[in-house]
Amino acid sequence: MPATRAAPAVKAARKPAAEATPNLPVTPPAVFSREEELESYRMMLLIRRFEEKSGQMYGMGLIGGFCHLYIGQEAIVTGVQMASKDGDAVITGYRDHGHMLALGMDAKGVLAELTGRRGGLSKGKGGSMHMFSREQHFYGGNGIVGAQVSLGTGLAFANRYRGNDNVSLTYFGDGAANQGQVYESFNMAELWKLPVVYIIENNRYAMGTAVTRASAQTDFSRRGISFNIPGEQVDGMDVRAVKAAADKAIAWCRAGNGPYILEMQTYRYRGHSMSDPAKYRTREEVQKVRDESDPIEMVRSRILDKKFATEDDLKKIDGDVRNIVNEAAEFATNDPEPDASELYTDILI
Amino acid sequence: MSINVLMPALSPTMEEGKLAKWLKKAGDRVKSGDVLAEIETDKATMEVEAVDEGVIAQILVPEGTENVKVNTPIAVIAAEGEDASAAPVQKQAGAAPAAAKSTAAPAAPVAAAPPDAEIPAGTKMMTMTVREALRDAMAEEMRRDGDVFVMGEEVAEYQGAYKVTQGLLQEFGAKRVIDTPITEHGFAGIAVGAGMAGLKPIVEFMTFNFAMQAIDQIVNSAAKTLYMSGGQMGCPIVFRGPNGAAARVGAQHSQDFTSWYSNIPGLKVVAPYSAADAKGLLKSAIRDPNPIIFLENEIMYGQSFEVPEIEDYLVPIGKAKTVRPGKDVSIITWSIGVRYAMNAAVELEKEGIDVEIIDLRTIRPMDLEAILTSVKKTGRCVTIEEGYPQSGVGAEIAAQVMTGAFDYLDAPVVRVTGKDVPMPYAANLEKLALPSIPEVVAAVKSVLYR
Repeated sequence: MPATRAAPAVKAARKPAAEATPNLPVTPPAVFSREEELESYRMMLLIRRFEEKSGQMYGMGLIGGFCHLYIGQEAIVTGVQMASKDGDAVITGYRDHGHMLALGMDAKGVLAELTGRRGGLSKGKGGSMHMFSREQHFYGGNGIVGAQVSLGTGLAFANRYRGNDNVSLTYFGDGAANQGQVYESFNMAELWKLPVVYIIENNRYAMGTAVTRASAQTDFSRRGISFNIPGEQVDGMDVRAVKAAADKAIAWCRAGNGPYILEMQTYRYRGHSMSDPAKYRTREEVQKVRDESDPIEMVRSRILDKKFATEDDLKKIDGDVRNIVNEAAEFATNDPEPDASELYTDILI
Repeated sequence: MSINVLMPALSPTMEEGKLAKWLKKAGDRVKSGDVLAEIETDKATMEVEAVDEGVIAQILVPEGTENVKVNTPIAVIAAEGEDASAAPVQKQAGAAPAAAKSTAAPAAPVAAAPPDAEIPAGTKMMTMTVREALRDAMAEEMRRDGDVFVMGEEVAEYQGAYKVTQGLLQEFGAKRVIDTPITEHGFAGIAVGAGMAGLKPIVEFMTFNFAMQAIDQIVNSAAKTLYMSGGQMGCPIVFRGPNGAAARVGAQHSQDFTSWYSNIPGLKVVAPYSAADAKGLLKSAIRDPNPIIFLENEIMYGQSFEVPEIEDYLVPIGKAKTVRPGKDVSIITWSIGVRYAMNAAVELEKEGIDVEIIDLRTIRPMDLEAILTSVKKTGRCVTIEEGYPQSGVGAEIAAQVMTGAFDYLDAPVVRVTGKDVPMPYAANLEKLALPSIPEVVAAVKSVLYR
């Protein structure tokens, strides 16, 4: 694995940077300190191991329904979270496990929700796509593609109404980006100068449909042009690039300038959900991204190159992460199902 | 040939208005397009333009006159060469629109309700319209709680498409009274997000017909999140606006959505009839921590009722009200259905039939106790709603009555509903598509086998 990458596969379909960014230049990657490199490495590894375990438990029948894994996209939520501060609201779609872990929500609670147990973050009543946290300002976990964009704009509305400087970090995919309510929200967000960063996680496939088959404008950073919302494309596989772009976007919003769009160019290694045979792309395509631009391997190489840590140090982090995931798996497997009396609770306050 | 200038209908539901101001006087020459007068409707002040040319021969209705019926001659224009002073008042021509207007249901009597157990004896009452009651409810709650705000199309600068938010912008400012673009789906979602973040939005839909654009956010986001979050993430929000048929606005603007929302766990569905209930229930809805669907009726906006002058007048959600006690048949209804029931009761009384009218006021949660208590007393039940029959609220009431009071029933439950058709435009067809007083009378007689 090379320490620096030349033209990773994810970038293949990308337009030249100058054309891609209507208002603002592409932000150069952040320079990470040792602590930042190690922190991002640990978080991305936790998300990956957690998702691998989820996939395994799904295969064992312990997790039901839909289960959308974040493997390959870990750098995005990790980098954005490093740029945010306590009080900022986060909302996303159904591919939400990584976001919760990055926010510091308990891995046991997340995994127990996936297995539908009483110790799950939603008492087993939400499932993979529906978890929330008042403490972490996490507003889900939303199963309707694109709905979180209007809701996230509403979170920004609340911050502006209250006059605080918190921002709303609203994540959605390239598929959701074609929904009508996204543009209704863009319009109002710019009209009312709402502090919302729209983070489009472009993993190149909306379920089985490649962006080029679904989107007339595949440069998602330009999707806000008709509303005068600035946007830029970001290498979503490089956590440093994500962090730098998020720093800039969040600062823009916090200063009262209105919304900002970040198109995170990324790739999901697994299917859309666990039941997706992924016949719409080749194994070679997936393998190329894994080999050339894996977000975790890139950090790992940098850490070793810069001698921020030794192989043994990293092994220890790997071990810690595996322990967290294994403990979560054990809890999620053994925790009882919710009591039948929970059927009729939490419908109204 | 002189020409009568008639009092114009300036909205689908306008039946009368105030002649606020004359801008021309007798003897003035007018040509087509000249502004003749200003007319104040319950919604707005509108200018009336001349259509014909000539000289104003006579002003028939002086300015400041209230309650001028639509199609009343208000002035006479003498045509060219005619002696203006001698032009006679013509017999009203072109009466077709007037006839159509008169097909609208008769105005409700001013709250001729029996003494209200909810209102302490001796309480001072004031007369106000449903529209004013709704506005006052919002204003009072906005004064009380800075987290309450109202958003929707034309709610601020226009003063409300139906003038329900009149004056709120002036009192509370643009931060809390927010005009939105015409994007129901988007702004409903924004409001739900703001509600999840702890604010207390009031979302006005210009009509609930347009809320179909937003129903995903209402059902999937507002109603379900509390449950999906294991009780963590509630959404205190009120979606309000006129629901159901107004008058002659066609199929896409006339649907009654009561049963749609009443089907959804996680919502409360409120549909008041009187101004007092409109005020007390809207205040309760704004304070409620749950998502509330607050269904108003455009035809009721201008109706006047007695409203108690009680500070902080609250009506509990989920409680029905007996608006007319009786012994023979229970009529279960709500919103404008109460008006059909009250008018039918007058007819039926003449034939010695004494109906009991239950105004549900809240459709979800439904006050089954009130329904069953009444039906157990009378043994007979008729429901009235403007919505469609299949899977309507009446169907639910019939099922609940069958399950909860089967042994008390002396006849099957009969439903009076809107007809199973998209709302037609033609006045006669529209009238046929809606419930009517004769239908209610016939339904009541049928359960009495008379």
